[in-house]
Amino acid sequence: MSLELLDGGAAMAEAAIAAGCRFFTGYPMSPFTGLLEEMSRRLPAAGGVCLNAESEIEGVNMTLGAAAAGARAATGSCGQGIALMQEAIAEAALNETPFVVFNLARNQQDYFQATRGGGWGDYRTITLAPKDVPEAVEHTQLLFHLADKHRAPVMLYGDPLLAQTRVGVDVQPRDFGPLPAKDWVLDGTGGGTGRSRQIWTWAMGKANDPGPGPDGHWRAIADKFDRIAAEEQRHEESMVDDAETVVVAFGTAAKFVEHVVAGLRAEGHRIGWFRPVTLWPFPGAALRRATTGARNVLVFELNAGQMLDDVRIHAADRDAVRFVGGVSIAESGLSYGPLLDAPAIRERILGGAT
Amino acid sequence: MIIDTSGPPVLPAKQVADFKPSLLLGEHSLCPGCGEPVALRILLEVLQELDIVQRTIGVVGHGCYGSFVRIMDVDVLQCLHGRAPACATGIKRVRPGVAVFTLQGDGDMANEGLQEVLHAAARGENITCVMLNNGVFGDTGGQQTATTVLGQRTKTSIDGRDPELHGYPIPVADLVASLRGSAYVARGAVSTAAGVLQAKRMLRKAFQTQLDGAGFSLVEILTMCPTGWFVPTAEGPTYQQGTMEQTYGIGELVTR
Ligand SMILES: Cc1ncc(C[n+]2csc(CCOP(=O)(O)OP(=O)(O)O)c2C)c(N)n1
Ligand code: SF4
Ligand SMILES: [Mg+2]
Repeated sequence: MSLELLDGGAAMAEAAIAAGCRFFTGYPMSPFTGLLEEMSRRLPAAGGVCLNAESEIEGVNMTLGAAAAGARAATGSCGQGIALMQEAIAEAALNETPFVVFNLARNQQDYFQATRGGGWGDYRTITLAPKDVPEAVEHTQLLFHLADKHRAPVMLYGDPLLAQTRVGVDVQPRDFGPLPAKDWVLDGTGGGTGRSRQIWTWAMGKANDPGPGPDGHWRAIADKFDRIAAEEQRHEESMVDDAETVVVAFGTAAKFVEHVVAGLRAEGHRIGWFRPVTLWPFPGAALRRATTGARNVLVFELNAGQMLDDVRIHAADRDAVRFVGGVSIAESGLSYGPLLDAPAIRERILGGAT
Repeated sequence: MIIDTSGPPVLPAKQVADFKPSLLLGEHSLCPGCGEPVALRILLEVLQELDIVQRTIGVVGHGCYGSFVRIMDVDVLQCLHGRAPACATGIKRVRPGVAVFTLQGDGDMANEGLQEVLHAAARGENITCVMLNNGVFGDTGGQQTATTVLGQRTKTSIDGRDPELHGYPIPVADLVASLRGSAYVARGAVSTAAGVLQAKRMLRKAFQTQLDGAGFSLVEILTMCPTGWFVPTAEGPTYQQGTMEQTYGIGELVTR
């Protein structure tokens, strides 16, 4: 194993290329910009294409096109840019075009945006929230696999620390197992054969080979997302078995929480932590187990309380759930404020536990 | 059977009328007198005549022509309203050996997706965009689009398009022609038999431009929409000649 010192953007770019990504688009927006620059530098050498799209709307639709034609493809942005992409992310979920969206956000205030979506129709977006750069390298590769496995657009939800921190990482192609054949892609060879292919959210099919239509197709999509919800939940937890207090956090904030909780445990507090790795599907059953018997289920996230909803839905005792996070934004608006700090988090946790 | 349509028919007219490109899988469901099925027919004929049927991908937008994805025996992506040139870009970049075209309307291209087509043209993207311009949102029942000509009555400009209130129509082909990346740009019309043949030649040149790797190509085709214009079916062609064809003009704007 050889470690290379890379910032998050470069590490995710290397990981995407190792996963076979050969088409990438983006429109600059901090902190996503670094990944775009790294892809434009690195992807051509790997035989791929990186376009600085003229807008997020064009970028995501270019990526949808490349994916429809069979390439492993990705795009990304943050905040407002992701908002512009959501019409197409929903479209891709409903017409089953797989690609990866790097949502490198400025903070944790886009949890609802990532997990609830703002597109249209009955769709879901598999969303992984790595806690640090090495995990982002793994998740990047896993996401390309999950996209192809389920024929769906998927998302990595990161933040400025993930995008910009320099870490020694080892980017090796990973094997996540066999995938279904991509026998649905548009390669242009179907014309005139009577078996030409079609990618269409309404799935009406062709006159000589009718499809299920919107009713049948969208029911099937809903069933698929139910299956994904059951199969793909991921989480991490520690010291929850005897815990009176369980702190729930995701992404970068979870890494800080782990550190603070380990310190409190060493001081004799009966405390543990729980981290959803997939924000959707939310690891609800695991959270229920982890919080059974806990008097305090504290939610620490750097927003006004968004994952809080999911924790309330799934915690063993809804009345034990309390919010100890908050909005905390740097003066620049581009990153976190003072609440993302171990002493501040420790104070919130001690104040929230009864 | 391939019929040479570059000159007057040698076969009796009835036989020609019965002819259908073999790429048509079924009947269209559009209004009588609609110009869009005529445009579809010449588009499919061109794919056959250029012998690129089995290396072509179409990207179709949202309008009455959207239902053509069911009857075209061509690999197609039905995309979001206005986004076809962006999707086509992604397809072409990963499959440069395939001929990629978009099929869009004026609402799709000049309203919802104007920036998509302009950026694709400026990039010199090696794709062919086909715009069926009838100057209305036909599919949603005949409302004003960005290409509705002055004076045209629509459901959202019921007293006629008034520049004071609604501004001026956008000549898409002219806009696209002004961009360096455009290698072939033309505007045709299907209101006469000669116009249909001319529009078909334009489509053939546009695809040939793409096959030659010369850059972006666009053909804007003026198509009758008697329903959306509130005119009797049979009057569609003459109405179009007196209105849209006067405003926009027919011919080639860029040939390289
Ligand atoms: C984002 C979005 N907005 C609105 C619509 C509704 N819509 C469907 S077809 C259409 C009109 C398209 O007009 P045009 O492209 O000119 O096609 P025509 O029907 O005239 O052939 C509209 C507005 C849509 N499908 N998507
Ligand atoms: S509404 Fe207009 S464009 Fe649509 S099918 Fe009827 S005539 Fe054609
Ligand atoms: Mg129209």
